[in-house]
Amino acid sequence: MKYKGRFGDYGGFYVPEVLMPVLEELEEGFYRFYEDKQFVAELAQLSKDYAGRPSPLYHAKRFSEYVGFKVYLKREDLLHGGAHKVNNTLGQGLLAKYMGKTKLIAETGAGQHGLATAMIGALFGMETKIFMGVVDIERQSVNVHKMKLCGAEVIPIEGGTGTLKDAINDALRYWTAHVTDTFYLFGSACGPHPYPTIVKHFQTCIGTETRRQCLAEIGKLPDMVVACVGGGSNAIGIFSGFMDDKDVKLLGVEAGGRSLNSGRHAATLVVGRVGILHGAKSYLLQDKEGQVHETESVSAGLDYPAVGPEHCLLKDTGRAEYVAAEDDEVLDAFELLSKTEGILPALESAHALAYLMSQKGKFDPDTIAVVNLSGRGDKDVSIVERRRPLMSS
Amino acid sequence: MKTYKQLFSELSKLKRPALISFFVIGDPDFDTSVQIVKTAIDAGADILELGIPFSDPIADGPTIQKADIRARNSGMSVQKAMEFTRTVRDYKDIPIGLLMYYNLIYQYGTQKFFSDFHEAGVNSILVADLSIDDADEITSPATGAGLDTVFMVTPNTDTKRMKLIASRTTGFIYTVSLLGVTGSREKLSDTVEALVGKLKKLTSVPVCVGFGISKPEHAAAVASAGADGVIIGSKIVGFIENNLGNKEKMLADISTFLGEVKNAISPR
Ligand SMILES: Cc1ncc(COP(=O)(O)O)c(C=O)c1O
Repeated sequence: MKYKGRFGDYGGFYVPEVLMPVLEELEEGFYRFYEDKQFVAELAQLSKDYAGRPSPLYHAKRFSEYVGFKVYLKREDLLHGGAHKVNNTLGQGLLAKYMGKTKLIAETGAGQHGLATAMIGALFGMETKIFMGVVDIERQSVNVHKMKLCGAEVIPIEGGTGTLKDAINDALRYWTAHVTDTFYLFGSACGPHPYPTIVKHFQTCIGTETRRQCLAEIGKLPDMVVACVGGGSNAIGIFSGFMDDKDVKLLGVEAGGRSLNSGRHAATLVVGRVGILHGAKSYLLQDKEGQVHETESVSAGLDYPAVGPEHCLLKDTGRAEYVAAEDDEVLDAFELLSKTEGILPALESAHALAYLMSQKGKFDPDTIAVVNLSGRGDKDVSIVERRRPLMSS
Repeated sequence: MKTYKQLFSELSKLKRPALISFFVIGDPDFDTSVQIVKTAIDAGADILELGIPFSDPIADGPTIQKADIRARNSGMSVQKAMEFTRTVRDYKDIPIGLLMYYNLIYQYGTQKFFSDFHEAGVNSILVADLSIDDADEITSPATGAGLDTVFMVTPNTDTKRMKLIASRTTGFIYTVSLLGVTGSREKLSDTVEALVGKLKKLTSVPVCVGFGISKPEHAAAVASAGADGVIIGSKIVGFIENNLGNKEKMLADISTFLGEVKNAISPR
């Protein structure tokens, strides 16, 4: 491996020997093509015409009124596929093509990354397999159907809790047996090197655009940038644009699940301890001996016990702060954005909104908060319906 | 405490490779697991490769995943695993290698984990999710604790890496016969004999072969390719899974199978 893939002491590539050659090949491919003129041009074209970039920055005035300060939404929910995930799948999919790979595999939790991979499989004519836990298949069934329509095979994973962690386990196992022709299109800024670096690279467009839009449309930088954190890709994407702007507060919101006290949550950075899972050293939800905990969250996309290594470093250095929002607060936020703006947020993104709701009236009215609205909530309507049945009227 | 070096030198005089059997510690429960391992020793196992169950065994197929779950459900822990290796070592002085995942070691404290398990009768600790690139994290704690090192070579490991791996291995090279996770296979991988041949030319460190060895014929083929040891895992763990309600048959099946393998790898 050319690089260590470390963020402080976090990250690395803790994988079995069999995966080392293929990770090396991926690292080499990434550094060969990521600044290649033709690659960059082709990706820019697709980002614009296929994905719909740049995404708007929208001043959510009625939501702002409710919380008592200015809230802007970075509208990644408007991208093709309905989430920021397409930025990464276009980038990695194109990389797979340039590297001569013909088959894609991916894990998915909410189904957004699975869908975004299935789309790219269709776009490039690559055979695509998506690994998804059975619980997630059930709760995100709309996305499962969409993936199949795009021609992908969805492989149900029974193991563990039938969620994202188990899907990654089985995707890694499958990859082990198919390293020669298969490209593992990893969905978040976590996992073994070089994924955290690659995924961040393809998601930095969110941060770069947002900063430019803030300066052009608001005339100044925001006071804070807020994003939900599952593996950490949408958060690192938007944070990256403001890393050197020391006055801009970076805030990540994790899944508080039922509650932090209940132990049934996925608030890795908030309450986890450093450990090793899925090829990287990071904060991890685990028991005393190091067995990984089962997690719980209303949002499948945040239901994961580890987290991207760069977020661990940002937490330790204090450059970013991480908090958790509980399921009930998240459902409130889902409803509030829908009612005040006519925008249904993904339950993942609603975590970031829930944090702002919890700060209602606590900031000066001129305070500017930018939220990464990482995805749209169509996929979550049936969950919300079940948890918050509407009065018939 | 018998070392790998002593054992492999004894076996080279007998002109046969080591029979290495893998079990998950505490599968399906502590006491049965002790009986199973004793049965394997009586049936002729020369080395034991033992796994401490982990929540996320990414290098393992369904058979060993299920064994991990059975063991964890019956309360297996790192502390109890230590008691287990001590019990087994007291039964017979044969080398024991652990095969496990890094997080359990990391949480315990690498140096202390290695010393405590060495004291409990373990000869080596193979960390499934740690490659030779990160060998520095474990080699000096391992040698400091008096353990031998064991690393994996896989069919896609290139020659340069093989040499590096050989240079840092003091116990034996765990040669993975195929691209994939653990699990029984109908057929022996058609590349394994060449892989063993290549390694044998490259190094004098013992070369043992595992993953997918499921029949006496597989073991015989690996032995005649020059392997110094044959590792049987999922096949015998499967006997546990298939006979959970019938302990006698479980033990008899394991004993019979290991006997057949031993026979197949012994010189005629
Ligand atoms: C809309 C949306 N936002 C956020 C996430 C969480 O992932 P990450 O932390 O990598 O952005 C997901 C994951 O499925 C998602 O679908």
